[in-house]
Amino acid sequence: MPYGLILPVVVVLGAILGYPIYSLVRLSLQQYGLFELIRHQGRYVGLHNFGLVLHDPVFWHTVVRTIIFTIANVGLTMVIGTLTALLLVRVSAWVRILLTAGLVLVWAMPPVVAVQVWNWMTNYQNGVLNYVLTELHVGNFFHHDWYATTFSQLGIVTVLIVWGALPFVIITVYAALSQVPAELVEAAEIDGARPWRVFLDVTMPVIRPVLLILTSLSILWDFGVFTQPYLLIGQPAIHPGNYLMAIYLFEEGYFKNDYGRGAAISLLMLVIVAAMSVVYVRKMVRIGEVQ
Amino acid sequence: MTRRNSSRTLWNTIGVALFVVMVFPIFWMISTAFKPDDEINSRTPTWFSMHPTLSHFATAIHKPFFWVDVKNSLIVVLLTVAVAMVLSLLAAVALAKYRFTGRKLFIVLMIGIQMLPGVGLIIPLYVVLARYHQVNTLTGVIITYLTFALPFSVWTLRGFVLGIPKDLEEAAMVDGSSRLGAFLRILLPLVAPGLVATSVFAFITSWNEYIFARILLNDQGKQTATVWLSYFLGTSKNTDWGGLMAGSTLVAIPVVVFFLLIQRRIAFGLTAGAVRG
Repeated sequence: MPYGLILPVVVVLGAILGYPIYSLVRLSLQQYGLFELIRHQGRYVGLHNFGLVLHDPVFWHTVVRTIIFTIANVGLTMVIGTLTALLLVRVSAWVRILLTAGLVLVWAMPPVVAVQVWNWMTNYQNGVLNYVLTELHVGNFFHHDWYATTFSQLGIVTVLIVWGALPFVIITVYAALSQVPAELVEAAEIDGARPWRVFLDVTMPVIRPVLLILTSLSILWDFGVFTQPYLLIGQPAIHPGNYLMAIYLFEEGYFKNDYGRGAAISLLMLVIVAAMSVVYVRKMVRIGEVQ
Repeated sequence: MTRRNSSRTLWNTIGVALFVVMVFPIFWMISTAFKPDDEINSRTPTWFSMHPTLSHFATAIHKPFFWVDVKNSLIVVLLTVAVAMVLSLLAAVALAKYRFTGRKLFIVLMIGIQMLPGVGLIIPLYVVLARYHQVNTLTGVIITYLTFALPFSVWTLRGFVLGIPKDLEEAAMVDGSSRLGAFLRILLPLVAPGLVATSVFAFITSWNEYIFARILLNDQGKQTATVWLSYFLGTSKNTDWGGLMAGSTLVAIPVVVFFLLIQRRIAFGLTAGAVRG
């Protein structure tokens, strides 16, 4: 009986996911370009593609750049997110409702839409960001080009990603915070514990599992992010010097019609991601087992 | 007491400031969409326009392929959601109600697949779909979307099915209902809110999806709304910011409406499965 119920999902996923994963492995061992795509027939070349990728300095630079980018994005998301969730506990009810409503609205924004809004806000001619920063006397940002350097490009992408990721983190951590027994916090405060110690000794143990899950999820998402950097930096401005992992794969594999090498890059990327996701998957499986 | 009040005022101020910063991009999108061009192109921004206009919305919907691409998006999204819901409800019931060999492996796969970065699969999916002549067809896109919609829906629905007391179903069977009868009359109505929430999430993820649609659909008349929006500016020198923001607003509206409908269930999303829209 249970096998009959899960059979359809297994069959469909096997066909639409198992087969592509099998052909991913096969493609990575083949010379497979436009010619082969038309003939539907690749040429076996062994580990040649992996050799090409692993000897490509662009690959290693991209890995390092993506790791730094991921650390920055996840770090900012988690720190600002947790602080805001703690803030939500302390504000008056009307501020909490206002802020939560705003967060839900941000959460709902499609990434492609958000990219277009960012384009408009940061354009160098009359973008509102330059205007506001100049008016606030942060500096003279008149006609400042945010897309002039790789660092600045990825910085703007980071702001966009953190903005989009915050609502999920804030609302989830806030939900976890409501599990913290208020009596315990009060007792600790009466005993004269500093707010910092209360957070570390009373609050933290309760919300730690949630923070762990959120951090691993954010790492996986940000490591493989494509839409925001690709569209915000813009295809013409993309070059090996500002590649992130997903863009490297897209440009080298799909755009240059070198599917064999693209498959090798995909596999290497999946291995890195799989290694990073072990913690998360184990945690979620435990939740699934308990219930 | 006064110290408490003054710190409350401080927290409230920070909270409101944060609200303004977070919501500003959305406000700016909508505000720009209604502004006349001279206010948009002026160096000093106009926060609220005194002369709102609908002309940018007219430009956006009269742009080539807007309606066709919205229709394509709807076809893709509705079919993906329908297929995903039927198949995953069955699997969710199996996971929630039965212990069987391979159950753990199945759970690991359902969670693990969600962790795969979608971009890692574009190459093989493209090559395989090309082999079966499904590139540049909506069918190819629907098949691709099922790869992420199915695992997510199975995992989320499993949580909802678990929430239904076993006694109810057993009581129905004692009363002489068949297993199928119990399923249809007891389980289905109880799990309906879960089905709604899960389908809305699947709807939103599919509607927002960009990269697979971008790669698999080449003809402009066959693309989806997000791809349409990403090509909005084209190669023109003079950027039509008003039109772009009106187009952005239109693409965002269906998602925002659905999101607001289910926002109460959002907290559930974490324990049920990984969703970040």
